[in-house]
Amino acid sequence: MSDRTIRVLIAKPGLDGHDRGAKVIARALRDAGMEVIYTGLRQTPEQIVAAAVQEDVDVLGMSILSGAHNTLFPKVTALLKEQGVDDVLVFGGGVIPDEDIPFLKGHGIEAIFTPGTSTEDVIAYIQNNLKR
Amino acid sequence: MRELGLTIDKIIAGDVRTASRVISFAENEDARAAHILKALFAHTGRAKVIGITGAPGSGKSTLTDKLAKEMRRRDKKVGIVAVDPTSPFTGGAILGDRIRMSSLATDPGVFIRSMGTRGQLGGLAKNTMSAVRILDAFGCDYIFIETVGVGQSEVDIIKLADLVLIVNVPGLGDDIQAIKAGLMEIGDIMVVNKADKEGADRLVIELETMLDFRGEQEGLRPPVLRTIAQDGEGVPTLCDQIDIHFEHNQKIGLLEKRRRRNLRLEVENLLLDRFTRRMRQVITAADEMDNLTESLYNRETDPYTVAETLGESMKLP
Repeated sequence: MSDRTIRVLIAKPGLDGHDRGAKVIARALRDAGMEVIYTGLRQTPEQIVAAAVQEDVDVLGMSILSGAHNTLFPKVTALLKEQGVDDVLVFGGGVIPDEDIPFLKGHGIEAIFTPGTSTEDVIAYIQNNLKR
Repeated sequence: MRELGLTIDKIIAGDVRTASRVISFAENEDARAAHILKALFAHTGRAKVIGITGAPGSGKSTLTDKLAKEMRRRDKKVGIVAVDPTSPFTGGAILGDRIRMSSLATDPGVFIRSMGTRGQLGGLAKNTMSAVRILDAFGCDYIFIETVGVGQSEVDIIKLADLVLIVNVPGLGDDIQAIKAGLMEIGDIMVVNKADKEGADRLVIELETMLDFRGEQEGLRPPVLRTIAQDGEGVPTLCDQIDIHFEHNQKIGLLEKRRRRNLRLEVENLLLDRFTRRMRQVITAADEMDNLTESLYNRETDPYTVAETLGESMKLP
């Protein structure tokens, strides 16, 4: 990878008003030298994908605490695929039960970070798994 | 070469992914950007470029969102370049202007791009102009450039924009602020946002008074317009004023004059950039730089002589 700045979209899909986690991650990635675009709360999958395309991000991180991850995360990856976007690293975070993780990974969410993950782990994961 | 032609065609045809990828090339100063921008230049110059500047928290993003919506209602294609500051320590940035614009995200007639300043002072990102050009060729009728939240002297926006809006809010200072040099001098339109807040009437009077003393200037006297961006109040009038200014400035030749000046400044800046890069090479290549610094610190030589010597090695007069 070159030394170009990594661009990350941090998004909050669905009807979930809690974004402390998303903001902590955004801040940590900022401090790791990345440009973090934050969408704000209550985004639809369509809004998230449009933002990811316009912003030409390398990474898309989504945070969900409402329990709707099995619906919303795959919707986002399906829309990305529909648009022909195949070089964005997609990860998820939030309160996500272990038994849901294989299903999500099968739908293109390449990593899931649950509560207790250190921000260093997220940073390292991004740096080591960029697709372009 | 065929690939270059294809890229240009795609941008002109309004392909979002191509346009956004090419903006990234420009931001990263990837060699591909220069080729594309050269070929694209002939297809630019049609968009109306409007700068939106003002203090942090004055409501620039919210106002930009509402302006874009109003222009969409008028069936115009809109581009937005929103700049936020990059950390001088880590190079990282939080680009948060989209938060206020999320309902525009899925409108195919709107393209929003967030940029970090990446070390550029003056309120803009280094390659803001490239992003604006790409959106111009992409077919945007109006392009809004939202600067970082500015203080008093970040006025680079006039080098890029055809028209500058200054967003003011009540409660930031007394009337001395309004007569200081710098930012307040560059506005074509003065917006008093959050006009429902206490102090708005007074701010309007202070701005009008400042403008009374502005003396002879080309173009229309800047109007002072009240808005409540959050509710969209005052935004249609603001859009009308933008169009009135464009029409007038075009008629009196001011638009053309500004654009000529800005193109010239752009060349100067590109040259300056080349020069800076060359200087960095000379300085990093100079093994004696450490020794020189030591001599400077010990007062054995002086900064003026050192600069002269290094300048000579770069063939500067």
